[in-house]
Amino acid sequence: MKKDITIVLSGEAGQGIKTVEKLFIHSLQEEKLHFFSTSEVMSRVRGGNNTTEIRIGSPVIQSFKESIDVLIVLGKNGTERVQHRLHKDSRIIGEEKNIPESIATSFSTTYVPFKDIANEAGNPVLTNTVILGYVLGMLGLQQKIGKKQLQKTFKEKEEKIITQNIEALKKGYEIGKDAVIKIDLPRTKSTPDKIILNGTQAIGLGAIAGGCNFMAAYPMSPGTGVLEFLAHQAETFGIVVEQAEDEIAAINMVLGSWYAGGRAMTTTSGGGFALMEEGISLSGMTEVPSVTHIGMRPGPATGLPTRTEQGDLMLAVFAGHGEFPKIVLAPGSLDECIHISQKAFDLAATYGVPVIILSDQFLLDSYSLTEKPDFSDTSYKKHITKTTKKFETYKITENGISPRGVPGHGNGFVCVDSDEHDETGRITEDADVRTAMMEKRLKKNKLITQHVIEPTIIGDSNFSTLIISWGSTYGVIAEALENKKIKGLAYAHFSQVFPLPNITKKLTEQAKRIVVIENNASGQFAKLIQMELGIKIHENILQYNGFPFSIEHITSVIDSELSRISKK
Amino acid sequence: MTTQSTYELPFKVDNAWCPGCGNFGILNTVKKTLAEIDIPQQNVVFSSGIGQAAKLPQYVHANYFNGLHGRALPVATAIKASNPELLVIAEGGDGDMYGEGGNHFLHTIRRNVDIVHLVHNNMIYGLTKGQASPTSQRGMVTPLQINGVSLEPANPLAVALSYGAGFIARVFSGDTKEMQEIISEAVKYKGYALIDIFPPCVSFNKINTYKWFKENTYYVSDDYDNTSFEQALGKAFEKEKLPMGILYKNPDQKKSFTEHLVAYKNNSKALYERTVNTKKLQELVDTI
Ligand SMILES: Cc1ncc(C[n+]2csc(CCOP(=O)(O)OP(=O)(O)O)c2C)c(N)n1
Ligand code: SF4
Repeated sequence: MKKDITIVLSGEAGQGIKTVEKLFIHSLQEEKLHFFSTSEVMSRVRGGNNTTEIRIGSPVIQSFKESIDVLIVLGKNGTERVQHRLHKDSRIIGEEKNIPESIATSFSTTYVPFKDIANEAGNPVLTNTVILGYVLGMLGLQQKIGKKQLQKTFKEKEEKIITQNIEALKKGYEIGKDAVIKIDLPRTKSTPDKIILNGTQAIGLGAIAGGCNFMAAYPMSPGTGVLEFLAHQAETFGIVVEQAEDEIAAINMVLGSWYAGGRAMTTTSGGGFALMEEGISLSGMTEVPSVTHIGMRPGPATGLPTRTEQGDLMLAVFAGHGEFPKIVLAPGSLDECIHISQKAFDLAATYGVPVIILSDQFLLDSYSLTEKPDFSDTSYKKHITKTTKKFETYKITENGISPRGVPGHGNGFVCVDSDEHDETGRITEDADVRTAMMEKRLKKNKLITQHVIEPTIIGDSNFSTLIISWGSTYGVIAEALENKKIKGLAYAHFSQVFPLPNITKKLTEQAKRIVVIENNASGQFAKLIQMELGIKIHENILQYNGFPFSIEHITSVIDSELSRISKK
Repeated sequence: MTTQSTYELPFKVDNAWCPGCGNFGILNTVKKTLAEIDIPQQNVVFSSGIGQAAKLPQYVHANYFNGLHGRALPVATAIKASNPELLVIAEGGDGDMYGEGGNHFLHTIRRNVDIVHLVHNNMIYGLTKGQASPTSQRGMVTPLQINGVSLEPANPLAVALSYGAGFIARVFSGDTKEMQEIISEAVKYKGYALIDIFPPCVSFNKINTYKWFKENTYYVSDDYDNTSFEQALGKAFEKEKLPMGILYKNPDQKKSFTEHLVAYKNNSKALYERTVNTKKLQELVDTI
């Protein structure tokens, strides 16, 4: 019997797909089912066509799947953009008027008058609840779990709203039950230890755990979510949150805050980050730390504002004029989003350098279950010294790191400067001081590379073929490798992309064939590795249509690599 | 109380200003005024940008963040928001503050950040050798505006008033007594305070000279009502002779930026003194 299923909700913006998604995935968690839910939306507030794909199955599932088992149509344009993803056994469910006849006749189609049922339950706005009931019934899940979610979601609403919703759920459930799908979904044992998160929430949680107490940003999708997340936590955790007038202000506020002893972060997308570059350079020169989150979306310019891409790696790695150390991180899973975001603050504070976190729309907006983080003994070093009268901001030390003072804490003065400066922070044009200060700053690189976040390596340690990826492509590749005999092949996922971990050299030297998978057009990480190590990359697997890699695509890449190995 | 000499640097630095530059008057008065204000010297922080004017903090014995051209205000805002105990002075030239940093100027006023904003308005770009600034007069010939400036000069005071600034003053760089009084008042004022200062640039501005400022400015009289928004707006638009003094001081003090921040609602500590509340974090994880 089938052990997993892919359901797609397809409708217009403003129709409440997000509400169904939220209620549904929480019901799935209650049922101890593992799921992965990813959305793609058009850049508009009403109309168009948005879809949410919910995959249910084993815990390995963590990617976008092209092939749809059940398509639930919520609006008029609900089939056009997805019909090529249907297969011979696909089911289509929706109102008759929303499903073109040609499609209805080619697939197993069930007309369900969701809206009329909602009206019967008391209100057309209950359509989403009817759909929820239908899907639960269709999957043979418990109605009472949906009921519990509704009670939780509407607990602050009047009684009538709750009873109407429960009625709508029941009506939907009854019809769904008649169309039940025979399926054996694997239950997980320990869902209480798991929580539902998307990448945005995971990065936000990690930031708080890292001591983030200042956030300034200018809204830009898909980076805005982290700003909003922290705004909601501002009072509880004592976080200064400000919507800056532009990205230039945002990064300069971040620096002002770190200078005064805050642990500050900004969030944006590629376009906003381009405006911040001078500030990143300032962070490098002043040695005032900074943490910047870039939620990547396809460029150039405004590009595809609501879609996904990994096109800003080079932008991040080479951000800012002049030469200075920086760290670029790229989480690939929810767990990494939490821990890397947390770690970013520690790295920034330890080395006094800009730290950039690269994520993307796919990672930020996709929901899944992840191990519940344990923050009970979370602590961090502030790396702040109480200054004395003799304090010098840029004291030259063995490892390049000067003790960090903050104004008002101690008897000394903290003087930072964007001009080249001497140890007291005063402007200088002395060539010897310049050389010494350049060396002081760049020396930190050595320490940074000694304490990198190592890549995750999966597969055969005796590999001859090495697959490399970074950031959000981790999920799809790891899923594709699961349950496969991978003799001769290994996969390295990088969550620190710059500076490159030292082990990269060893890994790439062992490989006879290197394949780099990236969600961009020019193979930026492959180029970076080539530039840093002078090795040859044999193949780039690239995609730049605004969508994440599908499991089908990556499975075929891996299959062909495996058959290439076995033919040898 | 501290003594004046404490704001004098205990070591020698090479001053980059031209002899006779109006900036010297500002520097001396700033040091003198600070020495007479009852605030721990360690709590005084300058935030400046880039330009001749923006080098001022380099010559004062205090904390400073000498950042990027145009960006002193967001830095100052964040410093104040991260530690409200600090006296934060944003400082720089007219190009720095009204040109490159123009957007920050508008929004810092709207935020009503409790800082003192000193602008050396010499009506020219000094550091880059004499191009027009946003406040340069029409017709001024420069190495770049070879046929004379054609743009309307900016009116920072009128802009500040219309964006809701509660404290607006103007002063000439050489008028120690007046400047001292104005800066002291601005420090006391709980909110954004703009002081537009006229320091002649002797090397590049051959129009707005010491003599020109003497002839084309005046101080508002003692019976001028600086609590009146309408009168202040009238003063901001006077062009014949430029009015100086405290032109506006809003008697209904609005809450300042930091007073609005929920980060300080349950905790008055500066950010550097805080640690994350792990219990609450675990609660958040459990309820997310
Ligand atoms: C981003 C950027 N653009 C341009 C410059 C060059 N620049 C430095 S100072 C300055 C203008 C100086 O004029 P002003 O701010 O009025 O100060 P002054 O030197 O007259 O005191 C310019 C254009 C720079 N440093 N950074
Ligand atoms: S160039 Fe002008 S503003 Fe700069 S120091 Fe010389 S006189 Fe002063």
